[in-house]
Amino acid sequence: MSIGHTLLGLLESGPCHGYDLKRSFDERFGRDRSLAYGQVYSTMSRLLKNGLVEIDGLETSGGPERKRYSITDAGVTDVEQWLGQPEKPEPYLQSTLYTKVVLALLTGRDANEILDTQRAEHLRMMRDLTRRKLDGDLSDRLICDHALFHLEADLRWLELTTARLGELTQELRK
Amino acid sequence: MTDALLSGHELHKTYGATPALAGAEFTIGAGEIVAIMGPSGSGKSTLLHCLAGIVRPDSGTIRYDGGDLTAMSDARRSALRRSDFGFVFQFGQLVPELTCLENVALPLRLNAVKRREAESKAREWMERLEVADLAGQRPGEISGGQGQRIAVARALVIRPRVVFADEPTGALDSLNGERVMKLLIEAARTTKAAVVLVTHEARIAAYSDREIVVRDGRSRDMARAA
Amino acid sequence: MNVFRDLRMGAGFAVTGGREGWTRTLLTAIGVGLGVALLLLTTAIPGALGARDDRGRGRDELSGRAQQAAENTLLIATIDTTYKGDDIRGRALRAEGPRAPVPPGLSRLPAPGEMMVSPALADLLASKRGALLKERLPYRTAGKIADRGLIGPDDLTFYLGSDALTGDSNTAVRVTAFGNDFPAEKLDPRLLLLVVVMFVVLLMPVAVLIATAVRFGGDRRDRRLAALRLVGADARTTRWIAAGEALAGSLFGLVLGLGFFLIGRQLTGAAAAFDLSIFPGDLDPSVPLVVLVVLAVPAAAVAVTLFALRSVVIEPLGVVRTGTPARRRVWWRLLLPVVGVALLFPLIRRGADAGEFNRFQVIGGTVLLLLGVTALLPWLVEAMVARLGAGRVSWQLAVRRLQLGSGAAARSVNGIAVAVAGAIALQMLFMGIEKDYVRDTGQDTARAQMSVSSSGSIGSDRVTEITDGIRRTKGVRSAFGHSGTRIGDRGDNPAEGATLTIGTCDALRELARIERCADGDAFIIEASGSSDRVVGEMRPTPGRQVVIDPAYGMIEGAAPSRTPWRIPAAAPTVPGRADAHGTRYDGVLATPGAVPAAARKLTYWMDVQIDPTVPDARDLVRNAAARVDPLSTVYDLSRTQESRRFANVRTALFIGTAVVLLLIGASLLVTMLEQLRERRKLLSVLVAFGTRRSTLSWSVLYQTAVPVALGLVLAAGTGMGLGAALLGMVGRPFTVDWTGMASMIGIGAGVVLLVTALSLPPLWRLMRPDGLRTE
Repeated sequence: MSIGHTLLGLLESGPCHGYDLKRSFDERFGRDRSLAYGQVYSTMSRLLKNGLVEIDGLETSGGPERKRYSITDAGVTDVEQWLGQPEKPEPYLQSTLYTKVVLALLTGRDANEILDTQRAEHLRMMRDLTRRKLDGDLSDRLICDHALFHLEADLRWLELTTARLGELTQELRK
Repeated sequence: MTDALLSGHELHKTYGATPALAGAEFTIGAGEIVAIMGPSGSGKSTLLHCLAGIVRPDSGTIRYDGGDLTAMSDARRSALRRSDFGFVFQFGQLVPELTCLENVALPLRLNAVKRREAESKAREWMERLEVADLAGQRPGEISGGQGQRIAVARALVIRPRVVFADEPTGALDSLNGERVMKLLIEAARTTKAAVVLVTHEARIAAYSDREIVVRDGRSRDMARAA
Repeated sequence: MNVFRDLRMGAGFAVTGGREGWTRTLLTAIGVGLGVALLLLTTAIPGALGARDDRGRGRDELSGRAQQAAENTLLIATIDTTYKGDDIRGRALRAEGPRAPVPPGLSRLPAPGEMMVSPALADLLASKRGALLKERLPYRTAGKIADRGLIGPDDLTFYLGSDALTGDSNTAVRVTAFGNDFPAEKLDPRLLLLVVVMFVVLLMPVAVLIATAVRFGGDRRDRRLAALRLVGADARTTRWIAAGEALAGSLFGLVLGLGFFLIGRQLTGAAAAFDLSIFPGDLDPSVPLVVLVVLAVPAAAVAVTLFALRSVVIEPLGVVRTGTPARRRVWWRLLLPVVGVALLFPLIRRGADAGEFNRFQVIGGTVLLLLGVTALLPWLVEAMVARLGAGRVSWQLAVRRLQLGSGAAARSVNGIAVAVAGAIALQMLFMGIEKDYVRDTGQDTARAQMSVSSSGSIGSDRVTEITDGIRRTKGVRSAFGHSGTRIGDRGDNPAEGATLTIGTCDALRELARIERCADGDAFIIEASGSSDRVVGEMRPTPGRQVVIDPAYGMIEGAAPSRTPWRIPAAAPTVPGRADAHGTRYDGVLATPGAVPAAARKLTYWMDVQIDPTVPDARDLVRNAAARVDPLSTVYDLSRTQESRRFANVRTALFIGTAVVLLLIGASLLVTMLEQLRERRKLLSVLVAFGTRRSTLSWSVLYQTAVPVALGLVLAAGTGMGLGAALLGMVGRPFTVDWTGMASMIGIGAGVVLLVTALSLPPLWRLMRPDGLRTE
């Protein structure tokens, strides 16, 4: 999972302080492990260096210095590319796929695009497996079946997630 | 794809107030296996019905083997379905009062093939699909997996150029589903029949050469998008 | 556990089962309702006929005859007439005292010159169609006859007040009361046999119809029962629940049936088809019969359902296995007709000499024979269908369908088979005894088509005058009038004499081959063989002295006006010839001039030849006759005469059969539509395969036609068998009424075509690909 892309994606919905970025990341994706402040600032400075974000404002009232970041056009393109690119099918992909779907919805993109792209990628691998299964012996078949069922499960979960969150977004927009 | 055997362009179809197809596109070449995927109610079955000439789309064109399917009369389309197309549906497709052999021979007989000849051909196909021993049984007396294999035999007995399969494994367990798909694909490959395969299961779609996705009546050809 | 609770639950399903449950209940109710209405109607008919007959007898003048005029006597003369083919009952009345009896339905006697008419006759007189009749009955209408004095609403009757009636005239009778003391004329046992068999034949299919109706929608119901099994109902409970559903349907049916009946009896049109006009009030089914119907129909519904479910295994898993049905056994099915024949057999030849039949034996035998049809048909259909080969695809589909479950088809066809079998048998019986009731009258309709006669004693000169009057009537080609009476040797017993017939030369030439003739001549007819044999018959010879008896030798005692006469010595003997009535005259023929004027007041009759191309010629003649002699009677001559009653029975049979077959056609249609709806998905799949409409349409036709054809074959066989038995009973040779059979089979085939035709639009609608969409 790419934290840089995720933070970029979160920024796409509006300029934000580093601290708020961390909070909104934790809220949405940090169920198991929250993001360390240090990780946020190091990632932001990398993105800043690559011109994907810019400093939008500076608050110095009282406490520590607080930078407000906003996304640049290059940043938006980067998010776009990342979302449009299927993940290599492998087990336990769900956190990345989930992040992508949420970000797509947050930024007003069509999550179905992610689904379709990912399904195409999955199917490519599943076709290979199916071919191997049809040509192979019993042990091949059993192994391929295992992989196929897992891949299918991924896809089905993704379909369901897309549909569920899609419904939710629709409701929120009303 | 200039060598398209069957293609649909800008297909629209509305049932009552519900749009089922809203500008769907489809192409399949000879011998190709294409999966139509999409959530329920997305219009994938309607697309299949249009392509097979069962339903006439409200607008758009369907070309089969150089001819315009949408311009054909109902009778011409029926004749085409009898001679060139084969069908496998999810369930409830075998005529309950006919024996399995008679069910398989039915499409040939609809094409005015003599009974003896039709039944001997049907028997051949039942052997290929490993259900020859069910010839004398009635559909009510056999299992779902056997029934689908009978249905596949019936679809292929006329050596169709296109087989339309609408959720052919939808009512089967995994093992029987795999078996039916394997037999269907193998048979289609050896007879060089194209297969239009409607399914919502990725595992079943994995038997195809490529897939198109239908959502809200629009299609998306993933092979081209990639 | 509790049967009543289960029944109630089933009844609940019948009402609350959603749209589908409702449709099913409604179909059952309509089917049962039609059956019940027909049952009630049939049970009411004997009562209605009885009431009609009672009123008919109540207005007869056959009792209370009196010899002498008194203050309570009434003179009545029959002045019936016929108008445009309808018979009109007419009576001329003259009270001889203040306490003279009044006919039923009248509040007072009509004064001379006025008449009381029935409502139907009043309508006819007021209509344009009745214009000529109004000319014939130019009297003032003083009132209407009440229903009490009429046999039916279409009764054409009038009472005319007349002061011309005299007690000594031959036409009038003198009565002190109305009525008929004679025992009611017994229906000919052969006609009775016909009527009894007819009732059985018409009611049996009704029973079959009711039995079929409570099984409408069985397949769908079975599926619902399976769902009940799933939630824990046991097999016995489900059966009683099913029975409860049928019970509810049949109860609704009873209510509907009562409604249909009440509506139906107001429609006199239906009864008019039987050529019987019946007051709605007369159609009053007897209470015990109604109670029987009310109890028997629901009980039958329950019984039929339980019986039908005995071979159905309802499994909890939504699957109903019509457990591989035990092959239908034939022995008990054959037993029924065999017992039926055994019951009928001893009656054979019993009716040859108009003997009586044991009614219960006839009914029992007929019922068992016809029940045999219903029992044999399912077996026959199953056995035949199993042997049918596969031909065309449509044929194969139909045959295989029937092989899988022919029970429903056979059930529906049962009614048709029973109706047709019965009707064929009756047709044969009709054919066999037709000749008894249609008799050759020997009348020569080429020479005359009408005859006018009157027993009013009118002079010979007036006969000529009346004849001339008739002859001048439009549409009359010729008219020959004669008058006549008896002549005898001695005065005291003129019956032992000969006939004297008086007429003009032309008129006499109708009766004998006469060459030269002038007024004043007389002729003696050459004795034919028969007159020699009559004991006491006088042989007229020229110059013989005789007396002329104007009372025709009928009135005993002192004859007022016997006139002596000498047969002219110059009277030649001439060969006789039959007149238009087929009567050969004998005795003496005389021109008016040859008979003394004092002896000329005699009975007369007249043969009239009409021009058939003149419209209403017959009624013009009747009008003319009524004008010149109101007491005259006019007859139509015809070569044959069919018993009117017999013709009615025949029409009734035909209409009854057609109605029953149509009802059964309706139930066939319901079954077919139901089946089509069940197969919606399959039909769509077949369409996807490119199956032609015509293939499936033919398949529907075969599916109906095969069982119906088998049913008709069986019906023809049974019908001929029953017909042969019935013919044997009345001692008539076996003849088959091929036209009747063809018409019955034609109706059966028509029903098949109709059912198929009505099934096609829904079939085509269901053949649209919509059924492929996931439900």
